[in-house]
Order: sequence, then C-alpha cells, then structure tokens
Amino acid sequence: MTDLAWIDAALVSARPQAVAALLRYFRDLDTAEEAYQEACLKALKNWAVNGPPRDATSWLIMVGRNAALDGVRKRSKQVAMPAEDQVSDLDDAETPMAERLDDSQYRDDVLRLLFICCHPDLPATQQIAMALRVVSGLSVKQIARAFLVSEAAMEQRITRAKAKVADAGVPFETPGAVERSERFSAVMAMIYLVFNEGYSAGPNDPRGDLAEEAIRLGRLLLRMFSNEPEAMGLLALMLLQHSRSEARFDAKGDIVLLEDQDRGRWRSKLIQEGVVLVEKAVRHQRTGQYLVQAAIAALHARATTFEETDWKGIDALYATLERLTPSPVVTLNRAIAVSKTKGPQAALDMIEPLEAKLSGYFHFHGARGGLLLQLGQGKEARIAFDKAISLANTAAEAAHIRMHIDRLIADSEKAKRA
Amino acid sequence: MMYAVLCYNDEQMVCGWSKEQDDAVMTALHKAHDKWEKAGKLKPSIRLLPTSAATTLHKAKDLVIDGPYAETKEALLGFYIIDVVNLEEGLEFARDLAKANPGGAYELRPIHLYNPGTPIPGPYETERQYAQSREVAK
Repeated sequence: MTDLAWIDAALVSARPQAVAALLRYFRDLDTAEEAYQEACLKALKNWAVNGPPRDATSWLIMVGRNAALDGVRKRSKQVAMPAEDQVSDLDDAETPMAERLDDSQYRDDVLRLLFICCHPDLPATQQIAMALRVVSGLSVKQIARAFLVSEAAMEQRITRAKAKVADAGVPFETPGAVERSERFSAVMAMIYLVFNEGYSAGPNDPRGDLAEEAIRLGRLLLRMFSNEPEAMGLLALMLLQHSRSEARFDAKGDIVLLEDQDRGRWRSKLIQEGVVLVEKAVRHQRTGQYLVQAAIAALHARATTFEETDWKGIDALYATLERLTPSPVVTLNRAIAVSKTKGPQAALDMIEPLEAKLSGYFHFHGARGGLLLQLGQGKEARIAFDKAISLANTAAEAAHIRMHIDRLIADSEKAKRA
Repeated sequence: MMYAVLCYNDEQMVCGWSKEQDDAVMTALHKAHDKWEKAGKLKPSIRLLPTSAATTLHKAKDLVIDGPYAETKEALLGFYIIDVVNLEEGLEFARDLAKANPGGAYELRPIHLYNPGTPIPGPYETERQYAQSREVAK
C-alpha cells in the first residue's frame, strides 16, 4: 500500500467515530460532516509530511471541531483558532484527548449516528443510502451507482432523508437502558438491510460492495458493544453468508445452489471468524434472531460436503427462530430442512398453508416447485416455477428457475420418446 | 537469537480493508518474507483473527470475558518467530516488513523458550490460503 492509500484507509476507518463525536458537539449533521471533511483535507496535507498521528480519530475530531469553530468565528469577525499543526503534535494536545476517548466513550455517539440513519419514517432504500453516505462516507456518486440512479437523483434523496431526520429531532442526551436497546435493534436491522442489498446482488453488480460495507458497520457495532451476543450474531451471520460469495454464482453469472457450490471456494477466514463468534455468543445464553440465523449458517459452513449437513440441527434452530420471530418465511425455510430429514411430502404439507401469505414471494414458488419436482409431479412443478419467474427480483433468480423448467421440459421429452 | 516479532496496528482500519486491499498487503508481505525464509531465518508466522473473536479467561476468579486481555488502540494482530544473529538483523527484518505494510508497530521480543509442540494436522485451511497467496506473489 502506498502512503496515500494508507492515509485514505485510516480516514475511512476513523470516520464513524469522528463524525459521531462532531455530531454530538455541533448537533447538526451537515456541520458535523463538513467539519470532518475539513479535518480530512488537513490530514492529507499534514500526515503525508509528519506521518499519521497515533490516534487518528482524536486528531480528526479536534481538528474538525476547530475548523468548524474557526468558520463560525471568521463569519463573526473574531480571532481565529490556532492552526492545526499546533494541535497535531503527538505529545501535547493529542495525548490527553486520546486518553479520554476510548471506544466505549464513543459508544452512544456512534449509536446515535447509526440510529439517525434508520429513522422509522425513512423507507428502507433511504435508510441504506443514509448509512452509506453518513456513516461509511461513500460519495453520492458511488451510492448512486449502486442503486442505478443518477447522481442528482441520489443527492436529492439523501437531502430529503436528512431533512426528514432533522425535523424528527434526535435527542442528544445519553440514552437510557430501554432507549439504548431500542436504538440497538433498529440499527442492527438497518445494517442487515445494507448487507442484504449487497448479498442479493448478482456478480459484477456494483451493489455487491455493500455486503463488505455492512460487515464493516457490523464490526463497528460489535466494537462498541463487545459483549452483546446479538451484535456477535449479526456480524457472524454476515461473515458466514459472505464467505460463500465467490461460490454462489457460476462464470455465466447464474446462481449456484448451496448443494452444488464448490466448497473449496468458500472463504475459510470468514467462516472461522463467524463460527467463533457464534460459539462466543452462545455462552451468553441469550438467544436472539441474528444469533440463531448465524448458528444455522455456521452449520452449513461446517459441513465439508452437502451430504454432511446437519439438517436435524438446522431444523431445530429454525424451530427456535419460528418461536422468536414467527413468520411464514421462517417456516418456509424450515420446510427445506424438513424435506431433508422427513422427505419432500412432509415439507410440502408444511408450506401449503402458507400460500395465502406468500403468494407474491419468489422463494415460496421456487421452493414449492422444487418439492413438487422431487415428488415427481412435473406439471404442478412447472406451474409453480412459472409463477416464481414472474416474481423474480434479479436476472440470476429468473435464470435459475428457468434452468429447472428447461430440465422439466427435457425430462418430459425424454419420457415421450421412451 | 530467536525473537518473536509482535505485530501491532489499528485493528479497526485493518479489518476495514476490502478483500483487494488485504490481498495486496499480503502479497507485498509474502514478497518481503521470501528472502528471510530462503535464508532459513523466518520460522512460523501467525495472523490472528480480530480481537472481537477473542475470549479472555481471568485465572484467579475463573472469569470468562469477551474480547482481548488488553483493550488498546493498536491491537496485537499477529506475530512472527525469527531466528537472527542479533537485534540489528531483527530490526532489518521488521523494516523490510514495514515497507510492505506501513502503520502501527513491530515489537521485537527475545524468546526464552521455544517449544514447537505437535505439528498442526494438515491441510490447515489457512495454510492452503497461504500457499495460494504465495502463488499470487510469484
């Protein structure tokens, strides 16, 4: 890595804490972001010459704060603050600051910053855009590219979201226990939303980077709440899902099913970390939805072949998940595990009652078609697959179902000839 | 003299690297390792998972705590075992690595007792990755 790339990485990494602290100070998102921007410009100049300071975050907060105050003073024709090289010296100004601010002290600041992005009035796509812009610091151009809209449209979207958040007014007092835990859940849901946006993207889709961005946010949250089992669960879940990213699509960009994936291409480093986090979280004996989902993903990741998968364990975990967060989608997923332990008919019996609720859900028809196919009911399977195609969200999803249909057609022709 | 070269860096930043950035650093490091390995001076090298994956047992009270023992800005991210003539050569090794991977610090700690223990039953997953990235480095 070149020095400049290294400074860049340091700035990206310091951003959430620094912007969060500046937000507490100025109580205004735009001012905080501008102050951070100023600090970055000064850092690029200063660090390239003097080397990066030991505590980059504190440096950026202090310089950003001074720069913003300086702006205010200039406007009111007062005396300017000292230049940043007078506060950037390692020995005087920085040390007391660094001692005061460790990760736990940024905790509520960072939580507030993340929470601002998941205001309930904001639709999911705006929450994601806000998190990417405000917390991750992606440029409007990068975010626009990920969402396949023009830069101007994305700029407008983010501006509107910010205005909505500003109107709603986020309290700046230290949150109480209940409020902190509410913020915490909302933030986890938002981070998982960012992840899924990336995960559901096909290969070579610019949205794919969002999965890594979400993992960064998950790490940030866990760093602040290092003994929260659900934060461990969420990060583990994302790491374990992401570990398969290179095996999930073939060279043509078509979906490769779990059972057909080349497990040698799963990224073992991510799996190891995910599995360890699940083990750590389980020790807390406090089950949550992310942890259970991570445990399911860990069972998949631990099987060296598809045949070795512990379907009984997965079935039991889905039963727990059904209890924690009852939903037809969870039952549908459980049915897949049941089809492996008790056969396709048992699974089909489980999902048939879900039709009314899931009739508009791609995976319902895809799974139902698959089960019917296993039961040799080709005609019914074909109808289910056709429905699935009409509901597919991505080209890869549609292509995958089309593959099933092609196989059905080939089989029936073979049968006719025989 | 045998040294443990302990690698400290800002973990939040290192964990935030994209896969491409991480691969680039590892490739540069492998190039730097090469010379030392060929000279027979580089023994095992270990890269650790993030401290968020760590668990600490406080011995006196048998207390199990999430996270590393020491919460510091720069975390211990890995270490090397090297066998060098003297401290100067150890520093030369550390400087070689620093060129490949700037930021943070290397602590050179002389080794008092070295017990290689039983070999890790292969193929260890990370060993396979290591071999792969060495291929890339060539």
